[in-house]
Amino acid sequence: MSQTRFTKDHEWIKVDGNVGTVGITEFAQGQLGDIVFVEVPPAGKAVKAGGEAAVVESVKAASEVYSPVSGTVKEGNSALPDAPETVNSDPRGKGWFFKIELSDVKELDGLMDQAAYDKFVAELS
Amino acid sequence: MTAAENLKSTPLEALHVSLGAKMVPFAGYNMPVQYPLGVLKEHLHTRTEAGLFDVSHMGQATLTGEDVDAALETLVPGDLKGLKPGQIRYTLLLNETGGIIDDLMVTGVDDSTLYLVVNAASKDGDFAHIADKLKGRATLTRHEDAALLALQGPTAVQTLAKFIPAVASMTFMTSRVDTFEDVPVRLFRSGYTGEDGYEISIPNAAATTVAKALLAEPGVQPIGLGARDSLRLEAGLCLYGSDIDTTTTPTEAALNWVIGARRRAEGGFPAADKILGQIKAGAPKKRVGIKPLGKAPARAHTEIQDGSGKRIGEITSGGFGPSFNGPVAMGYVEAAFAKVGTPLTLIVRGQPLPAEVAALPFVPHRYFK
Repeated sequence: MSQTRFTKDHEWIKVDGNVGTVGITEFAQGQLGDIVFVEVPPAGKAVKAGGEAAVVESVKAASEVYSPVSGTVKEGNSALPDAPETVNSDPRGKGWFFKIELSDVKELDGLMDQAAYDKFVAELS
Repeated sequence: MTAAENLKSTPLEALHVSLGAKMVPFAGYNMPVQYPLGVLKEHLHTRTEAGLFDVSHMGQATLTGEDVDAALETLVPGDLKGLKPGQIRYTLLLNETGGIIDDLMVTGVDDSTLYLVVNAASKDGDFAHIADKLKGRATLTRHEDAALLALQGPTAVQTLAKFIPAVASMTFMTSRVDTFEDVPVRLFRSGYTGEDGYEISIPNAAATTVAKALLAEPGVQPIGLGARDSLRLEAGLCLYGSDIDTTTTPTEAALNWVIGARRRAEGGFPAADKILGQIKAGAPKKRVGIKPLGKAPARAHTEIQDGSGKRIGEITSGGFGPSFNGPVAMGYVEAAFAKVGTPLTLIVRGQPLPAEVAALPFVPHRYFK
């Protein structure tokens, strides 16, 4: 059974067991606009919850993608650097950034579920 | 009180909002950074058809005086005595050390009148400086009652000619007065995108009507500040406050071309000795085009190093060029590294990335000369 959680920085993480897939939300891609460059982390990279893990750039600006949880990167999405616009068109699917092996699944408890995230976004606008 | 309440508005603000623009603070104004089309498509649209920009935040003024050309020549290095009525010149307002106070467009109106268009962020300072320095010789009158639109792109001419047939025969950097459906307008065949096009000064009260009439034409889209920035960067044009400022001289900024032959021979502009010396001997640093060799854009303030890791300069504008289809930048490097093709190293997020000095513009200008 997988579960999806969200951060206040607009990342999502979909977790099966102790492995999560991370991306940015529909709201985030809309705010960034046309994405022209993506950098994903290499396998084996250790990241901390809230730490910089990937980079996403629109025509106008560069933004960091933070890891929602601590752990070790299993795989970066190698298709993204050649097709960064995928993050705009399919942010919750093919536009995923990296997979991570969680070092502490309890960290998920500090993140928002879909309903809480939707409410969080609604309050931003 | 929120920040938005402190912002000034152009006459087109309500139109921008009704078109779905994302509004941001810029130079003290509430301005459209992009419309629903998005920065990337807005940029490409301007290069293939026509884009309409609201640049009403820029400063417009008339300068009058019996010897107005000679008077303003004491503050800028451009040849204004040689400027005929209806001609436009791009020039630079200089301080006493040769730094650039602003870049501006000066248009000849008649023997005793010049029309000035300056940057939004610096307009109050510019106009105060000019009025003060030329006191007793020339009178500056601001035109805060006028909006400014830019219609840019290859189909700008056919679009505007439907309303004002005479615009088709204007050449690049010329100006004329005419009427747009009974509205008196001052037209300039100029712009800041590298494309052919016009800037149109309109009374505030008629600005929305004129903008809507242009937007109703086929192939015209509203374009925000985001695409305006990427268009001018690809065109190699300086953004005041980023690429040029009071710490850069015309020679350092690779703008020697704005200083005409007569002005080089006669001097008589601020810091003329220093600037003429730099034209002759070169300046210690120079603005150049910079092409990152990978895919990662390098943004303003990115450090530039030589092959040995020594800091040799900094990027002043950088991003992704939608028409160039890759990262583009400009910045200052030490003079020894300014030749096209010179390898550079850019420090992006702590990583050294390869780049090289590139010829400007990145996308060829398509002015109507």
